Amino acid sequence: MLAVLVAQNIAFYIIAALIVFGAVRVVTVKNVMHAALWLVLVLAGVAAQYILLAAEFVAIAQVLVYLGAIIVLFLFGVMLTRTKAGIDEELNNSKTMRIGAGVIGVALLALMTYSLWDGVRDTEFGNLGVQRTSEVSDSIFSTFLLPFEVLSVLLLAALIGAVVIARRD
Amino acid sequence: MFLNQFLILAAILFCIGVYGVIARKNAVLVLLSIELILNAVNINLVAFGAYWHANDTANMTGQVFALFVIAVAAAEVGVGLALVLLIYRNRQSIDINDVDMLKG
Amino acid sequence: MFDLMDKVWIIPALMAASFLVILFFGKRWGTRATAGIGIGAVSICLLLSVVVAGQWINRVNNPPTGAALAADVLRANGLTPQTAETIHDEIGGATKNSGETVAGTPSSPENTASEVTAAEVTADDQSAHGEGGGEHKSLPPVVRTATWLQVGDLQFEIGTLVDGLAAMMLITVCIISLLVHIYSTEYLRGDVRFTHYYAFLSLFTASMLFYVLSSNTLQMLVGWELVGVCSFGLIGHWWEKKENTDAALKAFITNRVGDIGLILGVIITFFAAGGTSFNVLHLNEYALGNGANTTLLLVGALCLFGGVTSKSGQFPLHTWLPDAMAGPTPVSALIHAATMVVAGVYLIARLYGVFFSGLAIGSSSLHYVAFIGGFTTIVGGLLAFVQTDLKKVLAYSTISQLGFMVMALGVGAWTAGVFHLFTHAFFKACLFLGAGSVSHACHHTFDMREMGGLRKKMPITHATFLIATLALAGIFPLAGFWSKDEILAGASAGQQNAYTLMLIFGLITAFLTAAYMGRAYWLTFWGDYRGHGKPHESPRAITWPLMVLAACAVLLGFTNFPKSFFGLKLPGGATTRFEHYVEPTFAFPPLQHAEFTPWLAVVATILAATGLFISYQYYEKNRGPHGLTKRNKLAHAGFTFLENKYYLDTLYNGVIVGSIKGPIARAANWFNQNVLDGTVNGVGTGARKIAGVVYAGDQLIIDGAVNGSGQVSQGAGQLLRRMQTGKVQQYASILFAGVVVLVGVLVFVV
Repeated sequence: MLAVLVAQNIAFYIIAALIVFGAVRVVTVKNVMHAALWLVLVLAGVAAQYILLAAEFVAIAQVLVYLGAIIVLFLFGVMLTRTKAGIDEELNNSKTMRIGAGVIGVALLALMTYSLWDGVRDTEFGNLGVQRTSEVSDSIFSTFLLPFEVLSVLLLAALIGAVVIARRD
Repeated sequence: MFLNQFLILAAILFCIGVYGVIARKNAVLVLLSIELILNAVNINLVAFGAYWHANDTANMTGQVFALFVIAVAAAEVGVGLALVLLIYRNRQSIDINDVDMLKG
Repeated sequence: MFDLMDKVWIIPALMAASFLVILFFGKRWGTRATAGIGIGAVSICLLLSVVVAGQWINRVNNPPTGAALAADVLRANGLTPQTAETIHDEIGGATKNSGETVAGTPSSPENTASEVTAAEVTADDQSAHGEGGGEHKSLPPVVRTATWLQVGDLQFEIGTLVDGLAAMMLITVCIISLLVHIYSTEYLRGDVRFTHYYAFLSLFTASMLFYVLSSNTLQMLVGWELVGVCSFGLIGHWWEKKENTDAALKAFITNRVGDIGLILGVIITFFAAGGTSFNVLHLNEYALGNGANTTLLLVGALCLFGGVTSKSGQFPLHTWLPDAMAGPTPVSALIHAATMVVAGVYLIARLYGVFFSGLAIGSSSLHYVAFIGGFTTIVGGLLAFVQTDLKKVLAYSTISQLGFMVMALGVGAWTAGVFHLFTHAFFKACLFLGAGSVSHACHHTFDMREMGGLRKKMPITHATFLIATLALAGIFPLAGFWSKDEILAGASAGQQNAYTLMLIFGLITAFLTAAYMGRAYWLTFWGDYRGHGKPHESPRAITWPLMVLAACAVLLGFTNFPKSFFGLKLPGGATTRFEHYVEPTFAFPPLQHAEFTPWLAVVATILAATGLFISYQYYEKNRGPHGLTKRNKLAHAGFTFLENKYYLDTLYNGVIVGSIKGPIARAANWFNQNVLDGTVNGVGTGARKIAGVVYAGDQLIIDGAVNGSGQVSQGAGQLLRRMQTGKVQQYASILFAGVVVLVGVLVFVV
């Protein structure tokens, strides 16, 4: 178990580093297209993390939806808004705002880390076991049926809404 | 593996997302940052779900919740980008600071 | 039989009607009609007055008794006989009827409710009043009143009172007014304001008659003021010359000063007598009653005497009389010799109970009224010597004789004073009209230095003037002798003690009167004519009144022939007729009547003769120390003192009026402007300042608070506004910052 755990840990830290790096690049690059592409890395890393957590279905769903649809959506948005391709200096707010944002972010991080460290320091996962997709679907369609239906209505609304909003008439 | 690792990772991601929301001027980039936040939340959910499942085998709440979040995020990005498109069409710019007609 | 005494108000009403007719129609109808109306009205009044006098004499001879008498007594007090009220009738120390009680204030019948019986009243009235002989039963005058205003219990009346005194005055006024009316037709022929003059004459006669017939003091006040107004109007008849208007004003204003006293006296006597009635007899009865407040009556009497001082020319308010000679001579004769100036004397005579009781005439040691009267005689007499104007001599002579009358009343010789009033009116009017006749002939000048030797040119005027002069000097058997002698006898006998000082005053005045009148006579009618015109006798309209008056001066003295004259006794019905009919018996103090004193009469006559002789020597024969006043410093000083009329005019005009006009008026003005107005203004300014402070406070504090709250809201709004920028990222940053804070709080604090 230790070997497995060690391998998982190493995998975790590598992927985590990639995620963090990618996230930082998302919020700092001066190129919109690059930001979107860095987001791809983040999303991929997150999917890998899901697999580490034995949540395969979610990982696949993540890849399909996020990496497949949402990123494409972002790229369409970038194209349609004719943002400057290449380096664009006007992507960030003023320095004050950035510093303020940094302060807030750091403060929030510090707090959250402290509380996490304080609260759930020694909690281990134990045996993750196998989490079958059928169990997921069972759960969706029995316990969470109503939210599922609502979600579909929501998606419908979003679909129609987006069409209506972006319509050119 | 400790639960902590995932949670702290989620926290870091979350804070970077917060920074990005406030610091970026381009509307699309703000939406990207929001995606970061959502993903951080998802990691949190899945980690706790896995932890719960390890203790209570019949429980898949974490994954289900994360799936729902993904779906909602998708919807939100769709509508959000539609809005950004509309704003761009009317103003020829997607500088968020320009969209302040609700100012007091 | 028709009782005119009941309706005697017709007489003044007739003259008033004449006044109104002349006023409205005189100008249109012309001077002859005006004079005719005036003369006609006065003649009718004279006739009526004679009838009234006759009826009064009849009443005295056949007095009413029983119920009629009781009714008359009630009416005399201003009450109607039908009302059942008690009247307390005390007559000067006479025996009280044991059945009667005197309440706190006598003659206040309103509050008692007992019935009056004719028997009681009759018994009371017929008690003899302190006088020898049963002739003088108490005979109430004929009083008729009507109420014109009622305030609560107080009734203001208007009414007439007819007794011997009133009847005597009626006849005097009417005769002299008639003669003046006739005289004026000639004297004022061609005058620019003929009708105006006759209107005033009628008004004056009406006012004087109204005054004389008054039954209460308020009415007397009205009449008094009316005659004063007429005097003012007539003195200033030729107002084109300023000195005439000045004289008229001086007369009026000097009289006003005295009127203060009169009004005060009316009020004081009213309240002293219980505050119920102004009726003259009521006042007299109260004064003579037992419970009278003599101090209050003294004050009242002195105040009334103030009015007498000004109207009747007593010292020191006599200064207006000589100046009043600026009016036409008939006016001087009527008003300032015979009738108006005696209004004051009449007042004392009418309210004699008040004066007798208040001043304690006869028993006190303070002979105020007598002294003033006596002093006035000397004052007037001395001043008559330094006058060059004939009328001014007569004016000072009038002052002197008025002093005589007042002195007589002051020593208790009531009948003597009133008798002198009666006779003096006639011979003084004769003198004045004679002076007018002289001036009419001498180019309208009265300056004696421009006359002389007129006895050949104006025989009738000369004869009448001589008779009147001798009457005034008091030569037997003319009227002045009898009246003046009675006064001197009264002064020497007095009521209880002799009034020696007054007697001396009187004797000196007798001498002075003869002397100055002699001077005037010699200068005017003897010697050579020093004037410019051609004097001739005056027309009939002027001379006939003179003759009538001279006849009166001769004959009227015998109406009061004394009971025993040097041993000569006439039949009982022929002596002291005047006194018998004129002296009141109702509400009248018990007076001692002096008998005719032979030695006094002789002394007075010798003095008068001496005066005439000395004046003859000095002025006619030009012997004696002429020019003494120029050589001798003392004599010159005395002469200047007299010439300036004792500097009284300087005192009045210069000192009193000047000081009031000057410093006092200025001081009063300063006080008013700075202190009074300053206070008022200061209050106003202070109020403004306070208002300013309050306003500032209001602005600052209250408005500050109000505005401040608004400012706070606005500031808060400005602040909060920054939260609503419309910028999403700002909202987000605030949101997350809040989350940080909350989490911090949750983690660390909670």
